Parts: sequence; structure tokens; C-alpha cells
Amino acid sequence: MKPLHLVAVTAGLSQPSSTRLLADRLTTAAQRQLADAGRPVEVQVVELRELATAIAQHMVTGFPGTALRAALDAVTRADALIAVTPVFTASYSGLFKSFFDVLDNEALVDKPVLIAATGGTARHSLVLDHALRPLFGYLRAVTVPTGVYAASEDWGAAGDDRTDGLSERIDRAARQLAGLLVDAPPAPRQDDDEVVPFAQQLAAVRGA
Amino acid sequence: MQFGIFTVGDVTPDPTNGTTPSEHERIKAMVAIARKAEEVGLDVFATGEHHNPPFVPSSPTTMLGYIAARTERLILSTSTTLITTNDPVKIAEDFAMLQHLADGRVDLMLGRGNTGPVYPWFGQDIRQGIPLAIENYALLHQLWREDVVDWEGKFRTPLQGFTSTPRPLDGVAPFVWHGSIRSPEIAEQAAYYGDGFFANNIFWPKEHFIRLIDLYRRRFAHYGHGTPEQAVVGLGGQVFMRKNSQDAVREFRPYFDNAPVYGHGPSLEEFTEQTPLTVGSPQEVIDKTLTFRESFGDYQRQLFLMDHAGLPLKTVLEQLDLLGEEVVPVLRREFAAGRPAGVPAGPTHAALVARAAADADGAAQTGQRTGTDTLA
Repeated sequence: MKPLHLVAVTAGLSQPSSTRLLADRLTTAAQRQLADAGRPVEVQVVELRELATAIAQHMVTGFPGTALRAALDAVTRADALIAVTPVFTASYSGLFKSFFDVLDNEALVDKPVLIAATGGTARHSLVLDHALRPLFGYLRAVTVPTGVYAASEDWGAAGDDRTDGLSERIDRAARQLAGLLVDAPPAPRQDDDEVVPFAQQLAAVRGA
Repeated sequence: MQFGIFTVGDVTPDPTNGTTPSEHERIKAMVAIARKAEEVGLDVFATGEHHNPPFVPSSPTTMLGYIAARTERLILSTSTTLITTNDPVKIAEDFAMLQHLADGRVDLMLGRGNTGPVYPWFGQDIRQGIPLAIENYALLHQLWREDVVDWEGKFRTPLQGFTSTPRPLDGVAPFVWHGSIRSPEIAEQAAYYGDGFFANNIFWPKEHFIRLIDLYRRRFAHYGHGTPEQAVVGLGGQVFMRKNSQDAVREFRPYFDNAPVYGHGPSLEEFTEQTPLTVGSPQEVIDKTLTFRESFGDYQRQLFLMDHAGLPLKTVLEQLDLLGEEVVPVLRREFAAGRPAGVPAGPTHAALVARAAADADGAAQTGQRTGTDTLA
């Protein structure tokens, strides 16, 4: 069977970053869930740090350079997306937002997306629901119900009576993402060369 | 193959000394540049159309009419004429008038325009850009080909028994290019009518335009206008030259770094690698321009952007000397060599008149053979 193409976009700035670490935990968990369901997976990670200058130049010139073009194409063609950002000033980082600003606004339609974020304190965890979820809602992606937020303290703690630990939350999110991929038919892919025949374009104007 | 220049008509401060030409100076400079284009043996001068500062050319046919009176051979064109916000009736009239005054040395390139506020300033809605381009051109096409037009559409008041005057020179409409940077719909429109397609490729990497031009060529053949190789393609280019490559880079860099559109973005080196921009010796310009044929096939018109970003008039005129004396003669020779027989030359009024006569002959002969009356 043709492997599913899973792309993780990570906006962490330090190397190594906890944002990348979370992205890797999520891709591994999703890969395992899908393997159990008999679906092989190819994973590609897009590190936005490496594309920071290219993204800024795209905004100025209106076209992407070669490396950024490849990243945008990978996200567009992916069967599913895992999007992970650090929390900066009460929201996603500017770099994370800028990448999705230069992505075609049809690129994520019907695509399963798992959202995740990292931060220094658990007090920012609602950023998943007040910032990331509306962004992917606007892009008409199918956002997984469970988003994963990892505060610094989560990396050294288990859950408690009222909250699942990071590992449980990662597994639940990955299971939900895998469920969307296994049950759903693959989303139709964009064809750049598709063209509406001219007679049809003319009729659309005349018919109105 | 035709070679020429196209201008945006921007009034931009010279970043090396802070001086800004007045609108009057810039307009007169554009005329001087057009006359120089003819003097150095170029074929085409095209002006943009804009309705906001810092651009001066809001009234292209006025400017082109003046240039027509001061030139002998130069083809006068646009880059682009706004098919969305101009009334197609006025375009039909203005360009037919210009065609008569210039004895046929006129064609035009249609574009949608991407300056948001221009649409409401002219009573239109930018979200209707493509439908406006489609409907307005359908009317323009009809006005130049039918003496009396009854017409009703979505975007302008209906016409009953309307005749656009003057009728096109020799009964042949000016040649039309459809310009586009990103829209397959416009490539499809150009293909449908068998018109030219101009890909303004100067700001974007070539892979994008290979797809767009390939689509246009395939659809041109699909609509029965000829083979894909016979489709009429125009391309942009952007150059700055000095005898020594390093001198060109040193002199042009401040203009590049502060240029409207792409300034303060990628470096000159990155932009040169990714787009048609060439900053170097005339030989480097020749080499780069010759690669266009490999990417896009044999084509009909090459326009260079030479006069933007605050370059002084004196420098632009020097650039045109280099272009006309050292670059274009070599390009003409090289492009002619190995050009397949079926590939058409760049469009001229004389060629369109000859084709119309041949078509009429062919129709008459077909009529005689089959016994039908084609003149009815």
C-alpha cells in the first residue's frame, strides 16, 4: 500500500528545541498508531527556523525561493499535518504565522491537522484553542479534537488525578489523527494545471 | 522576433543622491526613452497604466499618440491596459484612434491590475477581477469586429445599435496580448481567442512560467489556432549593463536594494539567480536571454524593463545604446538561427492585414468549390 505522507511543521528557534521534541514525539506516536492499522507512513519535518529568511523574502517579493517552495509543496501534498509552535507573547510565534500566511489558502482544505504548542508555563495552554484552532478553522482544515500543549514542567512530570500526563495526551491526539486518516478517503489533491474551459468562464459571466 | 522595452512609469527618488524627478520631467523622460528605443533599432515601446502615485502614465493613448508622431517604425504598446476598470467601449475607441494616427504601429497588452483601491475608484470590485476581464474583453473583441453591436452584460450598461468609431484601420483590430503573472484563466482566455500571451516573468522563478506558458500553448492548439509552437508568446526581462560586469553590479546595487516591489528583500545575487534579472556585461545579458528559448520555446516578443527604481535618464539612455548596439543584434541573429519554419514572427499590422486578406481569399475559394455563397 502506498505510504501516507505525514508532514510536521515546527517553529522552534533553539537547537535542539522542545518544540521540535514535541513534534517528533507526535509523529512517532502517529506513525505507531497507523502502523498498527496496517498503514505505512513517510514522515517529513519542516523546520521553519531554516526558512525564516526565505519566508520574509517571500513576503517582500511575492514568490518563494526553492527551499521554501519545496516546503510549501510538501505541506500542500501531505495526507496530514502536525503543526507545532512555541508560545510567544500570548500566541503562536510570528514565524509560525508567517509560514501559514504564505501558504496558499486552499492548501489545507479537508486535511487532518494536529495542533500542538510549547511554553514556559502551563498558564498559556489555551493558546491551542484561542489561536491555533481558529487559524486552521479559517484554512478549512480538519483539526484533531485533542491539541497537545507541553509546558516546561510537563517534560519531567507524570499526570495527576485530574490531568493526563504528556505521553497520554500525545497518544490520544495521535490516535485521533490516525482515526481520521484510516477512515477517510484521501483528500483530492490540487492540480496546478487544471483549467476551467473558457466557454464555461464566459457562460458564468453571461448567465448572471 | 521583436525586441523592445516596457516601462512602469514610476517616479522614484534616485537612492544615490536623493533627487526625485517631477512628474513633468518623468513624462518627458519616458518620451525621450521611447524615441531612443527607435533610434537604437528596437521594435517596441510599451507603457504601463496606473492611477495612483508614484506612477505617471494614467493616459497611455495620449502618450503613445505623441510618441507616434515623433517616431517612424516603433510599435507602440501597453504593459498593461486595465481591462477590468476601463470601459471596454473607450478602449475600443482610444486604440482604434491611435491605430489610425500611428498607421497601424499599435498593439496592446491587457491586464487586470492588482492595486486594490483602483477598482472602487473606477466603480468596480476587485473580487470580480477575472469575470470583469472576461466580459469586458468579449465586448472589446466584438466592438472591433462588428460594425453594429447589440450587447448586454453584467458589468456595464447595455448597448443597442452601437458603432465604435473610428473603425479599426484596414478593418483589422489591433493585436492583443493578454498579460498575466499567475492566472491560468488568463492563459486560457488568450488561447481561446488565438491572441498573444505575455508572461511578465521578471519577478518570479521560471518554473512557474514554464507551467503557465505550456498551458497557453496546449490550449491554443486545442482551440484550433495552430500548433502549440505557433502560439504567440511574449516575455519580460530586466537588465543593467556595463562593459565590465563588476562595474554594472557596483552601479546598480543601490537601485536594486531600494527598488519598489522587491527592494529590501533578497540580495541582488539571489534575485539574479532566481529571476531573469541580469546585472553584468552585454555578453551576460545575451547568454541569459538566450536561455529563455530553452525554457519557454521559440517566442515572438522580448521586452526589457530598463528605466525604473530611480535610474537617471542619462543612465537609461546609455543602457539603451548598449541594448540596441551590442545585445539585440546578436539576439536577433541567434534567435533566428535554428528557429523552426512554422514559428510565426512577432505580430505587425501589415501581417494581420495580409492574413485577413488570405483568410477572405480562402473563404471565397472554399465557397466557389462547394458552391455556397460566402458573401451572403
